[in-house]
Amino acid sequence: MKKVLEVDGLSKIYGKGCSQCAQLTGPDCDTNICPQCGSVVAAHDLSFDLYEGEILGIIGESGSGKSTAVKTLYFDEEPTAGSATFYDGQTKHDLFELNKAQQRHLANHRFGMVYQNPHLGLNFGISAGGNIAERLLMSGERSYSTIRARATALLTRTEVLPERMDELPKNFSGGMQQRVQIAKALAIEPPLLFLDEVTTGLDLSVQASILDLILEIQQELKTSMVVVTHDLGVIRLLAGRTMVMKYGRIIESGLTDQILEDPQHAYTQRLVASSL
Amino acid sequence: MSASVGYNFGFMDEYAKKEIRRTVLKAVAIPGYQVPYSSREMPMGRGFGTGGLQLTLSLIGVGDNLKVIDQGSDDSVNAVNLRSFIEMTCPGIDTTTSVDEANLIQSRHRIPEKPLRDDQVIVMQVPYPDPLVIVEPSEDRRKIQHGEGNYSKLLVKLYEDIVQFDEITISHRYPTCINNHYVLDPSPIPRWDVPKMHQSRALILFGAGREKKIYAVPPYSKAEPLVFDDVPFRIEDFRDEHSVRRPCARCGCTSSFLDEFIDSENGEKVYQCSDSDWCDEQLAQQGEC
Amino acid sequence: MQKPILKLEGFSKHFLLHEQDKVIPSSHGVNLEAYAGKLTALIGPTGAGKSSVLNGVYRTYLPSSGSILYKTKDERCVDLATADEHQILDLRRHEIGFVTQFLRFLPRQATQDVVAQPLCRKGVSYEVALSRSQEMLAAMNIPERLWSVSPATFSGGEKQRVNLARGLIAKPRLLLLDEPTASLDPKTTDAVVELIKDLKAEGSALVAIFHDPSLVERMADDVVALTPPQQIEKKSEKI
Repeated sequence: MKKVLEVDGLSKIYGKGCSQCAQLTGPDCDTNICPQCGSVVAAHDLSFDLYEGEILGIIGESGSGKSTAVKTLYFDEEPTAGSATFYDGQTKHDLFELNKAQQRHLANHRFGMVYQNPHLGLNFGISAGGNIAERLLMSGERSYSTIRARATALLTRTEVLPERMDELPKNFSGGMQQRVQIAKALAIEPPLLFLDEVTTGLDLSVQASILDLILEIQQELKTSMVVVTHDLGVIRLLAGRTMVMKYGRIIESGLTDQILEDPQHAYTQRLVASSL
Repeated sequence: MSASVGYNFGFMDEYAKKEIRRTVLKAVAIPGYQVPYSSREMPMGRGFGTGGLQLTLSLIGVGDNLKVIDQGSDDSVNAVNLRSFIEMTCPGIDTTTSVDEANLIQSRHRIPEKPLRDDQVIVMQVPYPDPLVIVEPSEDRRKIQHGEGNYSKLLVKLYEDIVQFDEITISHRYPTCINNHYVLDPSPIPRWDVPKMHQSRALILFGAGREKKIYAVPPYSKAEPLVFDDVPFRIEDFRDEHSVRRPCARCGCTSSFLDEFIDSENGEKVYQCSDSDWCDEQLAQQGEC
Repeated sequence: MQKPILKLEGFSKHFLLHEQDKVIPSSHGVNLEAYAGKLTALIGPTGAGKSSVLNGVYRTYLPSSGSILYKTKDERCVDLATADEHQILDLRRHEIGFVTQFLRFLPRQATQDVVAQPLCRKGVSYEVALSRSQEMLAAMNIPERLWSVSPATFSGGEKQRVNLARGLIAKPRLLLLDEPTASLDPKTTDAVVELIKDLKAEGSALVAIFHDPSLVERMADDVVALTPPQQIEKKSEKI
């Protein structure tokens, strides 16, 4: 089994931070705001890894730092401390040591991100097909007919009618927008895909079909994924392993069935007990 | 008004001219890169070719022969005014309407039909220097995209054009990649003129006075319009309804860029060479025969 | 002498419920061995922690103490109680199977795909896995018209048969069975018994819980009896 990603001691503090930040925040202190300096400790000392073809779930309530974790890995945010290594075939990338241009290159060519808010992942000023084209063009594709064919295939795969590929995303339903976003993220067949609350706010039936799609894609393409959610159902369905986060800390991690059947931490027990 | 009234040769002071020359050097050194400079106030409104004018005034010296063109014509208002301003402020220079005779050409919206030589410099007047401005509102992000040679957003615009109209609809200011990296806005020249930049023997300089940018296509540089591999770049073909190439109504030339006029008497469309010097030369050659 | 492929020593499992401040003991001091080609039956009254043992071996439960030594196909010795999660996932994929009392499946998935899944995960092509899956479903007397629909609407007995088909299809080296025949009719039970015998003959080791003592008699090569644990403890009293 091949390791794809290794994260070590990842931290993100919003604010100037102080020497006490780590001690005075976290689940034991019941806050992520440092009472000394007022900084927000969004994530502290996160370490985890991800293997090829694996789906890792990160679950937690809002403010637990789960989104911060993937945002730093996708270079949307800069971490305060820690390292992350991306293993891409024979090459090894020390993510936070790369310069901005190298980071963007990696994000454009090797990573995919699907956001909860389709406005973050899609350009609403251009057609659904154009959104997919952008990603292909970024990776150097220059044949119009190839781009059309790829976009048609991707939209068909994500169950968006290809006849609608030249429409603007604003004409689409929320579920459709997410499908287009997934198609865009997958356009370059990235080995690593981040999914941030992709089904939150969608109708239950739409949620289910999007989750099915993600699972099928994972099985077809063997894409490694990090799935961030507050929904135990999503974790149960998608993730082989799960990390539970609270106030910026990983409070528990393990096999997903173990987290759900035999949760160790008081918070996880409450979470599992309260799920429908 | 003359130099004796107290204006320096070339209207601008020597320091201002030096700064522009340094900027030109940088622009030549980084083909296609928009070099910022401190565009001076000129005694005319910005947008009337002040960028090109400042370049010309910084480069011109006694003994130089200058041609000023506006949309191919030496007699248009903008060309006439700029020429007389330069004549006034630069005593000792010559002006001409002949491409052959000129060693410095300032032009608005056209590159002459006749291929330029390596002892000539052409200065283009530029309203909007950044080709990315139509697809990216943030200047910060535009700079990053230029730096990384990431023109995917422009290409998406071309993609959307083909989807909507079955062809690329950009008629002027066609984004063109110089020496495999920077994409520039070649000023509002028609597509017809874009291939002339490729491996041009003459140095092509671009000056945007209002936007305070100077950039260059150095001699013998690659200039490639942004296209898809399977949707080639096309220039205007000037074919009539029978697919026959229209000739110039004046000189009969079938290989030049044509302007379309409405004949004021019979209301019919008339096609004529846009480049007046070229047209005159064709007529003169016919006279010789 | 034959060496066991699975050996539990002093295995215990208790649940610490933070909310109620309680420790609920389940299995306690379990010693158990499983051998290739043999079936070890776990017996004991309700609440003796039989299922917890199987869940512990599969790592659905985190063992509280003791060791669970497993000898892999390539002769490595792994303590399943402490092994790396990736290693557990790999063993689940290739060597260890678990048939629980309840069928867990992805919603909206056809029954034949549910059954084929363990083979696909092992790397078998979908076509081959599908035809094997159909054979298994036929052997379990699941009517063909149900193969292409989701098992969500199936009866308890049908679900259990699907569950067994899925558990047996990949012929795991170590198969854990938790009351696999509880709601089956005698005819299907006999079919299951035959399939399990075949699996044993092919060299798999099995650890099973049967609700029916006569099945233990019919199938078990070894029997391990568990006793119910002590009273539920208050966490704060237990030091």
